[in-house]
Amino acid sequence: MSKIDQIQADLLEMVAGLRGAPKEGAFNIRLNGKSAGHSGSSQVSIEFKAAGSGIDVRVAPGTKGEKIYIPVVISESGMREIVYNDFYIGEGAEVEIIAGCAVHNCAQGVTQHDGVHAFRLEKGARVLYKEKHYGSGEGTGERVLNPVTECFLGEGSYMEMDTVQIKGVDSTRRLTRGKVGKNATLIVREKLMTHGSQRAETRFEVAMEGAGSGVNLISRSVARDRSSQVFFSKIEGNNACTGHSECDAIIMDEAIVRAVPEIIANHVDASLIHEAAIGKIAGEQLIKLMTLGLTRQEAEEQIIGGFLK
Amino acid sequence: MLELKNVSFEVKGESRDGKKEILRDVSLTVEDGSFVVITGPNGGGKSTLARLIMGIEIPASGSIIFDGKDITGLSITERAALGIGFAFQQPVRFKGLTVRDILTLAAGRELTFDEACGYLVEVGLCAADYVDRELNSSFSGGELKRVEIAMVIARGTRLSVFDEPEAGIDLWSFHNLIRVFESMRDATKGAIIIISHQERILEIANKVVVIANGRLDAVGTREEILPELFCDAKTCRYYRGAV
Repeated sequence: MSKIDQIQADLLEMVAGLRGAPKEGAFNIRLNGKSAGHSGSSQVSIEFKAAGSGIDVRVAPGTKGEKIYIPVVISESGMREIVYNDFYIGEGAEVEIIAGCAVHNCAQGVTQHDGVHAFRLEKGARVLYKEKHYGSGEGTGERVLNPVTECFLGEGSYMEMDTVQIKGVDSTRRLTRGKVGKNATLIVREKLMTHGSQRAETRFEVAMEGAGSGVNLISRSVARDRSSQVFFSKIEGNNACTGHSECDAIIMDEAIVRAVPEIIANHVDASLIHEAAIGKIAGEQLIKLMTLGLTRQEAEEQIIGGFLK
Repeated sequence: MLELKNVSFEVKGESRDGKKEILRDVSLTVEDGSFVVITGPNGGGKSTLARLIMGIEIPASGSIIFDGKDITGLSITERAALGIGFAFQQPVRFKGLTVRDILTLAAGRELTFDEACGYLVEVGLCAADYVDRELNSSFSGGELKRVEIAMVIARGTRLSVFDEPEAGIDLWSFHNLIRVFESMRDATKGAIIIISHQERILEIANKVVVIANGRLDAVGTREEILPELFCDAKTCRYYRGAV
């Protein structure tokens, strides 16, 4: 792996839990628009697309228990890029994919990374996809991350997506789309916190096409200061299926949160539920923690920390 | 240990002066090592009195002295630090915080799995099923109530105030609840104040306090107060106004 500075090393650890390159398994670490190191494994191949615009990751059928790291670190202010990563998960394979993107902006230019990820899961494949977003740096330039995740789930496959954005991203538009096949399941967990004057938009669009398919979308967010959040979710049941989405937001200070749920049943055996709740931290919760000896501020931090855990 | 001196409390109301009196001129002493049970009709001001001791409400007049220190102007957090614990009548739920998280906060230090389990076993909960469970809406009222009591045990405060601890305690006997109170008192050498209507809890009191219509109606030993309290409602002097 090529040499990285301290800021880059810290960012890499923050989003992917890595100190340097992983010791084993397939990985590609993208640093300021270029690969800073990559490797395949006996079961996983990583191929670069033309002109550094992304990678193709192919997981052999029957692969078990591999971790694939594909984090992105940008520390050059003013850099803007769109990256297309495609994942082909073979029949019966079970893998964990750790993505994540950290942007450090210490100058005036807008720094932006738009990661477009497409997952194609063959019959019976299982994927745990972790994506963590983080921004840092004292510059006035905006840190922008607009991830697009597309999930195509074949028969009996299972995909779980854990996405976390807790700090430092000024503007984000997150789009997650899914087509869920027969007896396949898609689970998306989103944790989001906005502060300052940040803006975040989340959009889920999932169509359940196969009989016995299921989806569960869970979004928990905290909006602080003058930040704003919009949550759209659209679940379409085109067969006998079960769908559930839940948007739960804590609102603080002068923040704004908007939730727009849509559930569409195109089949008599489609069972769809949406839950949405927006509210400030309950006074009783604060009082309870204060009776345990915490200050009001400590109590708030505990409640938010637990909510986004 | 604790002394309430002429404590009054009022809220905004519809009377001519815009105020509604909830408690008036209540004076009370709680000695070290004692069980004090506060009882009386619903709406009489018992819970308000408990909340005034914890600092959740602030009196309109009067003062509260704890271990010789005037705590009337102190916050909830400051009173907690001095050694006052509180179990709510209707405990709150927390999305995301587990039973272990909340017991850790209560104890004020990291707890081992065994320590956290120990507190839960005390309140009759099968610890392995509960310790890493989120304290969310999946908890029944009775389970929540027991976790609330476990928190007060974990705190180990010199003065512990329980607001109707028996309400909703399903399938768990009063015998166990009383044993918990006794072992807490023995461990802390402190005092326990319990708001309760329950005869079994009243029977362990060293001191029974009757609050009715916002006033301290009677204070005495259980031998003095209980015969009056459990007499026929028509002849009971404490309930006279209500029937």
